[in-house]
Amino acid sequence: MDLIIYIRCFKGIVLREALRFVHQKERFFSALVRPLVWLGIFAAGFRSVLGVAIIPPYETYIPYEVYIAPGLIAMIQLFNGMQSSLSMVYDREMGSMKTMLVSPIPRWFLLISKLLAGVFVSILQVYAFLMIASLWDIIPPISGYFTILPALIISGLMLGSLGMFLSSAIKQLENFAGVMNFVIFPMFFASSALYPLWKIEETSEWLYYVCFYNPFTYAVESIRFSLYSQINIEYTIGILLFTFIFLFLSILGYDPARGNLQKKGGK
Amino acid sequence: MTVALEIKNVSHRFGDFTALDDVSLNINSGDFTVLLGLNGAGKTTLYSLITRLYNNNSGSIQIYGFDVREDSVNALKNIGVVFQQPTLDLDLSVRENLQYHSSLHGISSLDANKRIDNEIVRIKLEDKIKNKIRSLSGGQRRRVEIARSLLHKPKLLLLDEPTVGLDIGSRQMILDHVKTLCKKNNLAVLWATHLIDEIDKGEKVIIIDKGKVLESGDVSKVIKKTKTKNIRDAFNKLVGIK
Repeated sequence: MDLIIYIRCFKGIVLREALRFVHQKERFFSALVRPLVWLGIFAAGFRSVLGVAIIPPYETYIPYEVYIAPGLIAMIQLFNGMQSSLSMVYDREMGSMKTMLVSPIPRWFLLISKLLAGVFVSILQVYAFLMIASLWDIIPPISGYFTILPALIISGLMLGSLGMFLSSAIKQLENFAGVMNFVIFPMFFASSALYPLWKIEETSEWLYYVCFYNPFTYAVESIRFSLYSQINIEYTIGILLFTFIFLFLSILGYDPARGNLQKKGGK
Repeated sequence: MTVALEIKNVSHRFGDFTALDDVSLNINSGDFTVLLGLNGAGKTTLYSLITRLYNNNSGSIQIYGFDVREDSVNALKNIGVVFQQPTLDLDLSVRENLQYHSSLHGISSLDANKRIDNEIVRIKLEDKIKNKIRSLSGGQRRRVEIARSLLHKPKLLLLDEPTVGLDIGSRQMILDHVKTLCKKNNLAVLWATHLIDEIDKGEKVIIIDKGKVLESGDVSKVIKKTKTKNIRDAFNKLVGIK
């Protein structure tokens, strides 16, 4: 199959996701309001309670708002990843996922294209958030706005493929709502999004390990370092590894020979 | 005559439940074949296997000589599908939905728009092309789905209960449209239904029940073989409806 066919297919899937995004304006606003509530209310309340020491990549004491900004960016991507998976469960229940899966183009390519389309939408949301966050003095170096992009692509892919795997394993839309509670909240709270890992270690060692091995921590920290034009090898390797695992599982989940579609009996 | 679809000894199970039991059938190009069975007979499972939504674990399925498992790319290129469930994106316009489908088959935008314009005339919905799917009636949506299934110029058209939930007028319109396509374009059509009145005398029928093909061939042949007066009686006799 020619490369041009793959390009057209990819373009079509991204365009569809973008059009859906444009048509669903409330989705865009709710995606923005959520982190802004955390920033405007939660962070304002907690800044006096939590003292943040100087930790890399920061070179000086920072306000709590600055600390949680990368966590909130990752939160946008987490919600977006789960939401696009939610739409996949919806699509599958409604049938429109089938039209994609019966395309002659290899399924792994279709799924990765759909994932990247979701990542593209999440990146738009992140940049909109960063613009508004500058009102809270969250202003990274100019280069940070560019260097954050690769981190956003990888973390978006990781969280999107986790969602895609879950969508392949979930039978009905109703069940997915439960998984949202069991996945989103534990992932977000047991991570370095709201408090640094050393602070958690002071309180509870086992919780520290939970947070340390939480894939979401790797997304948050990759974003944090890249926002200040730095790279942390440990987190970068970790996030790539998690992305590969989740991607592999989600492609397997949608594989007609081995996947979950078959086990579910087409429901 | 070219064989469009050849299914040999296909069985399929979901846990302990046997959805298909040693199914074999042939469909030739230019044939309008009705797959007749009650709800739960195994029609949708068969369609899922033909379109490779599930893998067939036994037997073989070939589309114009291409095995669905071994050469899914070439096999799927030749299929157009209208699923039982509605599969259009309600928030996108008719044209956007059709463009999306074209891209899934790697068709260029220029070519896609030409094909869309042709198909939309054929289903008589030119004035609705910019409308969102949400604003269309059930019958209109089905027509858009049929137009969509033809955009990549398939040689085998699969329709799974396409007239369910439609009024009599829309049902007849869609049936006539597909039969005309079949004759004019030499398309092979497999039309799954549980509605006996959708079958005409000169057509072919496959009667399926509890995952088994009970009878297949020309409608007149099936009537003769079952020693009944019409296809309804033949079906009732085979399926055991009194």
